Amino acid sequence: MRIPCPYCGARDASEFAYLGDATLTRPDPAAPDADEAFHAYVYLRDNPAGAHSEWWYHSAGCRRWVKVARDTTSHAIAGAELAGGAR
Amino acid sequence: MSRLPSGGRVDRARSLSFRFDGKTYRGFSGDTLASALLANQVRLVGRSFKYHRPRGILSAGPEEPNALVELRSGARREPNTRATVAELYDGLDAASQNRWPSLALDALSLNGLVAPFLGAGFYYKTFMWPAKFWESVYEPAIRRAAGLGRAAEGVDPDHYDKAHAFCDVLVIGAGPAGLMAALAAGRAGARVILADEDFLAGGRLNSEVARIGDEPSHAFAARTVAELASLPNVRIMTRTSVFGIYDGEYGAVERVSDHLATPAPFQPRQRLWKIAAKRAILCAGATERPIVFGGNDRPGVMLAGSARSYANRYGVAAGKSVAFFANNDSAWTSAFDMKAAGVNVTTLIDIRREVAPALAARAKALGIDVRTDTQVTGTTGQPIGGALTGLAIRTGGRGGRLAADTLAMSGGWSPSVHLTCHHGGKPVWQEDIAAFVPGRTPPGLSVAGAARGTYGLGDTLAEGARQGSEAAGDLGFTATRPDLPATEDTPAGITAFWHVQGSKGPAFVDQQNDVTAKDLGIAYKEGFRAVELMKRYTTLGMATDQGRTSNVNGLAIMAELTGASIMETGTTIFRPPYTPVSLGVLGGHHRGKDFRPTRLTPTHAWAAEQGAVFIETGPWLRAQYFPKAGETDWLTTVNREVKAVRASVGMIDVSTFGKIDLQGRDVGAFLDKVYINTFSTLAVGKARYGVMLREDGIVMDDGTTARLGPEHYVMTTTTANAVKVFQHLEFCLQVLWPELDVTLASVSEQWAQIAIAGPRARDVLARVVDTGVDVSNEGLPFMGAIERTVMGGVKARLFRLSFSGELGYEIAVPARHGEALARALMTAGEEFGITPYGIEALGVMRIEKGHVSGNELSGQTSAGDLGFGKMASTKKDYIGRVMAARPGLKDPDRPAFVGFKPVDPSQRLRAGAHFLTIGAPADMAHDQGYMTSVAHSPHLGHWIGLGLLKNGPARIGERVRAYDPVRGNDFEVEVCSPAFIDPNGERLRG
Repeated sequence: MRIPCPYCGARDASEFAYLGDATLTRPDPAAPDADEAFHAYVYLRDNPAGAHSEWWYHSAGCRRWVKVARDTTSHAIAGAELAGGAR
Repeated sequence: MSRLPSGGRVDRARSLSFRFDGKTYRGFSGDTLASALLANQVRLVGRSFKYHRPRGILSAGPEEPNALVELRSGARREPNTRATVAELYDGLDAASQNRWPSLALDALSLNGLVAPFLGAGFYYKTFMWPAKFWESVYEPAIRRAAGLGRAAEGVDPDHYDKAHAFCDVLVIGAGPAGLMAALAAGRAGARVILADEDFLAGGRLNSEVARIGDEPSHAFAARTVAELASLPNVRIMTRTSVFGIYDGEYGAVERVSDHLATPAPFQPRQRLWKIAAKRAILCAGATERPIVFGGNDRPGVMLAGSARSYANRYGVAAGKSVAFFANNDSAWTSAFDMKAAGVNVTTLIDIRREVAPALAARAKALGIDVRTDTQVTGTTGQPIGGALTGLAIRTGGRGGRLAADTLAMSGGWSPSVHLTCHHGGKPVWQEDIAAFVPGRTPPGLSVAGAARGTYGLGDTLAEGARQGSEAAGDLGFTATRPDLPATEDTPAGITAFWHVQGSKGPAFVDQQNDVTAKDLGIAYKEGFRAVELMKRYTTLGMATDQGRTSNVNGLAIMAELTGASIMETGTTIFRPPYTPVSLGVLGGHHRGKDFRPTRLTPTHAWAAEQGAVFIETGPWLRAQYFPKAGETDWLTTVNREVKAVRASVGMIDVSTFGKIDLQGRDVGAFLDKVYINTFSTLAVGKARYGVMLREDGIVMDDGTTARLGPEHYVMTTTTANAVKVFQHLEFCLQVLWPELDVTLASVSEQWAQIAIAGPRARDVLARVVDTGVDVSNEGLPFMGAIERTVMGGVKARLFRLSFSGELGYEIAVPARHGEALARALMTAGEEFGITPYGIEALGVMRIEKGHVSGNELSGQTSAGDLGFGKMASTKKDYIGRVMAARPGLKDPDRPAFVGFKPVDPSQRLRAGAHFLTIGAPADMAHDQGYMTSVAHSPHLGHWIGLGLLKNGPARIGERVRAYDPVRGNDFEVEVCSPAFIDPNGERLRG
């Protein structure tokens, strides 16, 4: 599998480290329901068959975290963008 | 000799010597082992897997189920090598398999007599009683009788390579379709890779006799290959099998040296290719099917197209009198070809009542006896070796006999659709050609030629050319289709036919796994009718040939039994790899000590000079201890090293710690978010110990971070977690808090770091720093961190830190000065008897001091468990804070960090021992925690331990049982403070 790193171009997946779901947002730790929100943030994951947005870290390349849109059934990659926009 | 007087693509000027079962023969360059054996009239080449039946050569290609040999000898011995694809080389040495005492007289061929008991599912039905006999008697006996070749006994002396390749268009297979596809795409300027598993490009063009334009097909192939070779954008890879499609990339194995006795210097035996191609065109051709009838496995029975291939490509007559048995026109063409080449073709047997008049006329003209509406019902053979001597036939209802030493059979052709199934595509049955053709293909892959069910030569050339130019056009190249030469197309009629009813003797469907038509009947009767069940119950198609010649026949026979159509019956799934791939080439260079890279510390050479014993810690080789002459066991050495440090001074390379440079306006704020304690308030010139959590509240790592300037910090991590922590910090910065102004750099490689420890450490340090550098208690107080110079102008970072509990410093210099620093410290410390120590002594001292390490940072411990609860700031948020407050992690009854000493000081403690309250039963319900680290303390003169004990800190002074059933230890220990020496830290502040 090749991942189109926005910074380096298409690179072999072995250059990347996988993290997982990129749709999660770290909850507000000061919110009254922070316990519940963090529990969901840390443990609860969907396991979609199909479109998935996920974090990959280009550890053997530019060291950027890349948000990759991958189809979990075909491994087809629809796109990739850098975390936090271009810096 | 059965070598024809002329013809073939072999080089008759280059004669090669080879051995088979100890006997020497000769062949030609361009032969396979199979063609050379046939040329020498060797027809019996192996014994079958289960029944030890004599077997010969069925095919001329990778589909071969029978002619499997052990190739080479000793450590290079390769079992189950298909003689039909093994390229002949001078000195080749091969042996037949699965026979005893000899190939011709095999004692275990008696298995054939008990065949009724060895049918489908016999493993599950017989040998059931008595049950204990299975492991002791039955299984060993079956394993001895049933088998293939022997694996090599030595370590493979060759090496294997891995490489990547990139192209616009990958063409798989260099037959007529593949050559035209590559030519069309190559002429358009696309980067093309043309891969073929054969050593001679051309595919069927070398095996058939046809005219293309005004030249013979093999000359057309050679000329096209020459043009392709002249194009700089085309790469031709022969001896290269594309074996799988993996998420848009193609796996291929190139047999670089398999055609040589030993690889040339610095050449691998094989090379694994990962090919990234924008488009691919599969031109893998088709495989001929046998017909299932009694005795169809005899040496001398082979596939018609293969017999033709032996005649045309290798100039070898498959036999002295050749009969054909077929259901289709292609076999007739094969017969005519062979007759023209000088082979004695006697008879054409066809199950069909009618054949095209042109074929019948041609046969008559060539003097071939034609028997239509006829089936072969049995075979006879020689008493020893079993080679074919005659056929029993049935025309209409009448039986008859024919003499023949070779039967060339053809049940039609199966397109090689395998790769099209690697992304879940299912082949589709096409009635008019009686074959499965590709269904949905993987993205970017199209199929041309016989692999798509297009059998006519002209159509194949056209289809290849069209797809090649289309692929190039899709990628933006201006492609014109090559001119198509004229071809004469041969008729390709077929009447689906699988299996002769009522034939005599076992009728084999899968010859490699010895599965007969009768076995399929058993599977049907017993309900294993679904194709996947039938396959597993009978083992049909499960041998190393992956059912190339048997799958379609097997499921067609099952379809006949169930009355369903072949499409309804369906096919089993073709999975990668397409062809057997050696484990050696998958491993490549990653074996033995090269399994992964070895990292050496900057002072490695110096440590080796000092006689260090090294140990792997993760990817690093670190000095474990430094034995002196006369020290015979490691504990003596380690005790000496520890005592030397505590009495005077010692030194150790700590460069393996992760080092992360952090710069920017917001570094302090950032560190406050990732550490449980506060770093924004740290003064410039000071260092602080920090603990970081995972978001789930469990400790991730610890280490010391120093502030070198208002906007400049340097963090250390544990050796093991260096990469993980860096990645985590990058995530926090890029994903969680991109607004923070912080830049990270890993500087683990850039700085060598040496720790010196002991009461005389300051004296040693003072001698390596440059003039004017103040390392007094005021100039460099405890937890100080300053940037100065050492050894005459070498920039250095001086940290006053202690892991050992002694007065200690860490000196960091650019990595290239690390070894010089080690030598300078040795010289500076000479008068104090400075002692190099290894990580064993380091471990002993940290246990004596009660510091946590990897054994305690186990991924299961909270900050509270490890005694860091009070460090955690309550004035800020940080990673893991919310989840660390979960009731389960706050439970005072959780196992927490304390020290242990044996009640009987002579007892040796063991890490891993579990704690039980005295008198409690030894079971998990009463488990109180476990010992994480132990050491022999030379300071105290007995073993000490650290561990996690339920509510431990409240139980100081209590005795518990340390229970270690694995090593048979069970004795009492006393709970104590984890700080065994200098609990108030007076030494390190001195």
